[in-house]
Amino acid sequence: MIQRDTTPAIETSGLVKVFGTTRAVDGLDLTVPAGSVYGVLGPNGAGKTTAVRMLATLLRPDAGEARVFGLDVVRKADAVRGMVSLTGQYASVDEDMTGAENLILLGRLLGYRKPEARVRAWQLLEAFGLTDAADRQVKNYSGGMRRRVDIAASILNTPRLLFLDEPTTGLDPRSRNQVWDIIRAVVAQGTTVLLTTQYLDEADHLAGRIAVIDAGRVIAEGTPGELKSSIGAGTVHLRLRDAGQRGEAERVLARVLKVSVQLDADPVALTARVSGAGSDVEMDRGAAEQASRALSELAAAGIVVDEFSLGQPSLDEVFLALTDRRASAEEAA
Amino acid sequence: MSATTENLAPAVPYTPALESIGAVMAPGDRPPRPSALSASITFGWRAMLKIKHVPEQLFDVTAFPIMMTLMFTYLFGGALAGSTGDYLQYLLPGIMVMSVVMTTMYTGVSVNTDIAKGVFDRFRTLPIWRPAALVGNLLGDLLRYVLASTTIIIVGLIMGFRPAGGVVGVLAGIALLVVFSFAFSWIWTMFGLFLRSEKSVMGVSMLFQFPLTFLSNVFVEPTTMPGWLQAFVNVNPITHVVSGVRDLMAGNWDTGEITWVLISCVIMTAVFGTITMRLYNRK
Repeated sequence: MIQRDTTPAIETSGLVKVFGTTRAVDGLDLTVPAGSVYGVLGPNGAGKTTAVRMLATLLRPDAGEARVFGLDVVRKADAVRGMVSLTGQYASVDEDMTGAENLILLGRLLGYRKPEARVRAWQLLEAFGLTDAADRQVKNYSGGMRRRVDIAASILNTPRLLFLDEPTTGLDPRSRNQVWDIIRAVVAQGTTVLLTTQYLDEADHLAGRIAVIDAGRVIAEGTPGELKSSIGAGTVHLRLRDAGQRGEAERVLARVLKVSVQLDADPVALTARVSGAGSDVEMDRGAAEQASRALSELAAAGIVVDEFSLGQPSLDEVFLALTDRRASAEEAA
Repeated sequence: MSATTENLAPAVPYTPALESIGAVMAPGDRPPRPSALSASITFGWRAMLKIKHVPEQLFDVTAFPIMMTLMFTYLFGGALAGSTGDYLQYLLPGIMVMSVVMTTMYTGVSVNTDIAKGVFDRFRTLPIWRPAALVGNLLGDLLRYVLASTTIIIVGLIMGFRPAGGVVGVLAGIALLVVFSFAFSWIWTMFGLFLRSEKSVMGVSMLFQFPLTFLSNVFVEPTTMPGWLQAFVNVNPITHVVSGVRDLMAGNWDTGEITWVLISCVIMTAVFGTITMRLYNRK
């Protein structure tokens, strides 16, 4: 069933959806290659869920086109439905029913006879570690188990394209890691996954390519490395022992890192963004080296540093950097 | 609830295995798509399971009809027919229609709450006959209507209702009512789809159902009513259903009323079923 060809899993051009006066999706252009995880990153209200709902044939676009494996999501909706599955942001299983009943129901709706549907359901429950909870109502499941039964339901039909809309929002770290492992296993079978998320590190761990969207449009697209290098390598956070040394520390950092240093509200804290250049690997090494050079210069100047961290740019930082750039580009144009 | 969740936590934390997930995703022979009927029946099965898991929802089709029958028989019986026993012979088919028709609104309420949940998104991304989810819900409701009718008949028999039509007449009466209720439910399913909350669905259905059920021949013969009211009562579909059910239970197979009811069922299903499906597809 899973064919390897060059047809993109998803192709949209100028996709628009308007709710009242809000342009939830406003000219979305996206190309998702088949056979990998594609991350769609953006804050709440960026239009991620609306875009996914249009691609999954749940919403009709107001303008533009969208194709899934070459088939138009409006004109060939039924054929598209045969290839995709959706795990929505809110549980897409029936909470009043048990885990086993949910999976049997779906199996029946996909055309399996009752005994086959039951076998399929138990295979899935086993693979997802849910056999003990099979006969409990889903509303009594923990958050992580709920997600698992939801994803199990989504792969029952071995979809060619799986939409996961914020699959780890609200999960504890262990459950989140389980979901990540499941996603990796699903992709290994040749299924394309479109993953929406608010978390940069999630997209970073899983996705081959990422589109950052804001106000219903793609504002940046590329591999995780490309996106990060486009805004700098990382951020250095420092906490000093003595607030009186902050002025001097600021000067040292500005000299070594050649960037402007931000003084935080906390009188002993400073933040500086480390710029990077060149390819992915070089850039990361460069950032760490620059930071350690800055540390030794601070020590040489007799400044006591209590806390030091070099962080990846957070989604906030990537996002703010990208939107700032867009705003200034629009001003210039 | 937290206690249950803790009990469910396995001793060994689950680790997803590439092989086992790979095995279940192995593309075997995909079954052919289910037929429209099979998909609808599967959704009907879902409705039954939900009754099994939440049996409290059957109060409205058991306690409510018993209350209605007792209340109106003893309240009006003496005044309207001289004795409660005589009045019961007239009232029971009517109160049965009234109770069951009133429970049809829960169809709309349940569609409204159901559709707001994520599980409907999943159903709508399946390559199946589109109306199946809604038709299946209505199939589940048929069971509720049968249950409500049976409850009332049993209470009536205990109270002294003696239908001349016998078992066959009573069953035929219930069948006619259930068919009508199925068709009538499409109206509430439609409201369930376009109104915002379950409260508004209940509000709107009360607004329609109170005049529709009371301004009929459920409680009294329309002959004592003013002319304008008689005119309304005579075109009210509830009046025709009540007459049809009353006739069947009395052993009088009045084909005129029955035909009228069945034709109105076809029209309601065609009109409101179509509107409902349009709304459902646009949602």
